[in-house]
Amino acid sequence: MTRLGWIRFGIVGGAIVLLELMCRFGVIGRRVLIPPSDMAVQLWNLLRSGRINNDLSETLLNVAASIALAVAVGFAVGSVIHALPRVRRAIEPFLASYYALPFFAFYPVFIVLFGIGRMPIIVIGFLFGVVAMVIATFNGFDRIPRALVRTARAYRMGPVETALKIKLPYAAPFLFTGVKLAVAYSFIGVIAAEFILASSGLGYSIAYAFNNFDNRTMYALMLLVIVLVTVVNALLHVGEARLMRRRGL
Amino acid sequence: MKSPHMRVVPADVHAQLAGVTRVYPAADGGPGVHALGPVDLSLRRGEFYAVIGPSGCGKSTLLDVLSGLSPPTTGEVVFEGKPVGRTVPDGIGIVFQEDASFPWLTVRDNIAFGLRQGGVDGAEIDRRTDYALAFMGLRDFARAYPPQLSGGMRQRVCIARTLVMQPRLILLDEPFGALDAQTRLIMGDELLRLWRETKATVMLITHALDEAAMLSDRIGVMSARPGLILAEIETGWSRDRDSTIASDPAFGAITSRLWSLLRAESIKAVGGSARS
Repeated sequence: MTRLGWIRFGIVGGAIVLLELMCRFGVIGRRVLIPPSDMAVQLWNLLRSGRINNDLSETLLNVAASIALAVAVGFAVGSVIHALPRVRRAIEPFLASYYALPFFAFYPVFIVLFGIGRMPIIVIGFLFGVVAMVIATFNGFDRIPRALVRTARAYRMGPVETALKIKLPYAAPFLFTGVKLAVAYSFIGVIAAEFILASSGLGYSIAYAFNNFDNRTMYALMLLVIVLVTVVNALLHVGEARLMRRRGL
Repeated sequence: MKSPHMRVVPADVHAQLAGVTRVYPAADGGPGVHALGPVDLSLRRGEFYAVIGPSGCGKSTLLDVLSGLSPPTTGEVVFEGKPVGRTVPDGIGIVFQEDASFPWLTVRDNIAFGLRQGGVDGAEIDRRTDYALAFMGLRDFARAYPPQLSGGMRQRVCIARTLVMQPRLILLDEPFGALDAQTRLIMGDELLRLWRETKATVMLITHALDEAAMLSDRIGVMSARPGLILAEIETGWSRDRDSTIASDPAFGAITSRLWSLLRAESIKAVGGSARS
């Protein structure tokens, strides 16, 4: 591990130890927060008991569906609009201000439109992620050198073949930024939507535990969410670093 | 044989532009930018032809039109007796000024790209790729990715990628423009070696007087925009020349002849007025 890595590790480790001590010595009350070690033990028990298996797979499925939709639709829409400069210039301000919109305020609309169940949750996760992917696609395609597109023409490649064999691989490292954002936003969107729209899933379970004063379960589930997101992001980071290193970026 | 231009094409003419102009339409429907022509130009089979001119004179437009990358506004382009349409005909290879290597592929896969694209069989792809790697001095870098290489090496990859397609006409658009002076001399020698070996016709677009004077059999000198061919100069070099001819007295004579033709045009191109 690098020196910076050790420093980061120290910050996180130190914070956990500090929290543990403050909980153990009563600086923070048991009704407010349980010690981190208790969270881990409780999470282990929950996972072993199988009580949260359904909620966990439900949430992961929702997140996976949101990510897949956001990335695929974002890339497709992004590449089509990129080919239409005037349309792009017209809608760019909407895209730039898109995340200023607090669209959770409209959750009743989603229920009316998509009913209850998994659909409105996936839609919210998707809506959170898709615009980041569109913007990343613009960004990646903007960087494609003209000479590469002309080379494709010298090989007599058509527009679709050029998009898939030249533009997509060239823009891949920049598209990866979009994928990372789509993953993060989809997690946020899905878990937050489960708080208010669902009757199962991790978000729902956290809210349920909170409403029933079940602090131990609530904190264990929060820990689970943190671990999940960290693992997924670490994997993405490794993939991205490999891609960037090969490209000398 | 619809056009009168095509009937007069002699047997040793490899490619020909007849009365070619190119006007870029203006975005607001105005008169547009007259970038080129009318140009008449014949490339003889197997010759090394350089086009030199001040910046912005339409040299690159000339290459685009000849290769089929963009259609002429008027006039006709013929390659090997057939009119050139809106696609690049088989047998023409292009090397661009900008780095056009594919950064996501290894050097070997870059070079093999066009062959795979053309559905050439695997053994033949390997044979030609190995040859091009050796010829361009890239064998030790076959598994490297272009971003790990210098600008000169990346341009070699692009030349090798064109070479494996066994083009009969190679068009180069200021291929060494982004390289330092010494690398340019070395790449010039390699280009001459490639030209001798492949027996292809070569058209080199350049703004460097010494490059044109050293490499070519004939040099077309272009005017400021809209680009016209002002003069064609025969250099008379032997086929096995290399960069050492820079010390030949004839080299100085050709270079100064080129400059005397180009000086006024270059001043026009930068917006000044020529004083005598």
